[in-house]
Amino acid sequence: MEILVHEFFNLSVMARVAPLILRGLIETLLLCAFLVPIGLLGGLGAMLVATSKYRFARLAAMAFIDFFRSFPPLVLLIFIYSGLPFAGLHVPATLAICVAFLLNSSSYYGEIYRAGVLSVPRGQIDAGRSTGLTAWQTFLYITLPQGVRNVLPELLSNTVELVKLTTLASVISAPELLHSADLARSLTYNSSPLVLAAIIYLVLLWPIVRVIRRLEHRLGPQSAR
Amino acid sequence: MSALQRFVATFLDPDVATRYAPQIFYGLLVTFAIGLAVVVTGLGVGLLLAVLRAFGFRVVNAVLIQIVDMLRALPPLVIILIIYFGLPNVGIVIPSALVLWMSLSAVLAAFAEEVYWAGITSIPAGQWMAARSTGLTFVQTLRFVVLPQALRLAIPPLTNRTIAITKNTALGSAIGVNEILGQSISAEAFSGNATPLTMAAILYVLLFIPLVVASRSLELRYGRGAR
Repeated sequence: MEILVHEFFNLSVMARVAPLILRGLIETLLLCAFLVPIGLLGGLGAMLVATSKYRFARLAAMAFIDFFRSFPPLVLLIFIYSGLPFAGLHVPATLAICVAFLLNSSSYYGEIYRAGVLSVPRGQIDAGRSTGLTAWQTFLYITLPQGVRNVLPELLSNTVELVKLTTLASVISAPELLHSADLARSLTYNSSPLVLAAIIYLVLLWPIVRVIRRLEHRLGPQSAR
Repeated sequence: MSALQRFVATFLDPDVATRYAPQIFYGLLVTFAIGLAVVVTGLGVGLLLAVLRAFGFRVVNAVLIQIVDMLRALPPLVIILIIYFGLPNVGIVIPSALVLWMSLSAVLAAFAEEVYWAGITSIPAGQWMAARSTGLTFVQTLRFVVLPQALRLAIPPLTNRTIAITKNTALGSAIGVNEILGQSISAEAFSGNATPLTMAAILYVLLFIPLVVASRSLELRYGRGAR
């Protein structure tokens, strides 16, 4: 028991590495503050193309979405970060992370938005158009808000996934929380820094997971209609 | 050399591809084996947990929900690193492939339990009452009436989640598992050429595109058509 506490919950080690971990946490938060909005926007773009009236555009967007849903984000990240330099294209780690995760998250977000928008009954659109709204206004004021509301739990849960995804940046040694924690682990020969990082992720994400649980319950198949 | 030739020589060099094909093929087998093991264990344990939850022992369920939420909130790479680097220091040495399998299975089980449970709770109470009043026991009702219907509802969200988590077998490269990505990174380092990474990318897409496409048709068939 004592040996477990010493290895995983060593408070003196945690206190010693706290400044390093804190710096990693700030990097992670900055990364998320950038990645979540651009992912949401990218997904919106993917959805707009995937639901457009042009068949070719629809097919292309669906191919994009399915391709990046089946491509492991870590493989994408390593391909961009360590493959492209062979072609003479040196990509800084932060840029590689942003490009890889933007491609990955916008395809997931795009698919979620698409399901949401398609879940809005056709009659809503007809009603909107017949009150004199343009197609674009109908989409913006009627279809999109209801569609987003219908898939709110999925959007939130994908955001949690995106935050968890930022840990992959540690594999290419980009500064973020898990990278700091792993560095601290190798400096102290002790796993407590990793546990500290795990606790920070829990503090950040557990409440959101609880909210998702509540939303899923409220918007679930029984109560919805 | 034209730009196209240089591109081919960097990313699609046939010599490099043939030289490292056996090594990367071995990686494919490892990825496939671990992926399959994760799917079977994760979905199986998840189902057991959902059934356990249906019995409604208050204390058990309270603990279960906390653990499930925790596994949903923790990044899988954090779990993998803690097990891989922490346990040897307390005297438990587990091979890296096993660490990968255990961690991903636990994460998948947590997500799957939640999806199965949503399926079970969406079965109207009348179904339970009707089944019980025909003389079926609680377990029989669950087994023959509720679960068959609940599983149908669970299929689409479960496929998506299963694909997302199985793709994480690539995280094994961070702890030295010889799966596709790990093999191709070392081949890339040895050959000084990006072709092995291209091969890995192609293999992953070949492995997962059929699943993603299948998940779409499953969604159409069993999905929430009404929503």
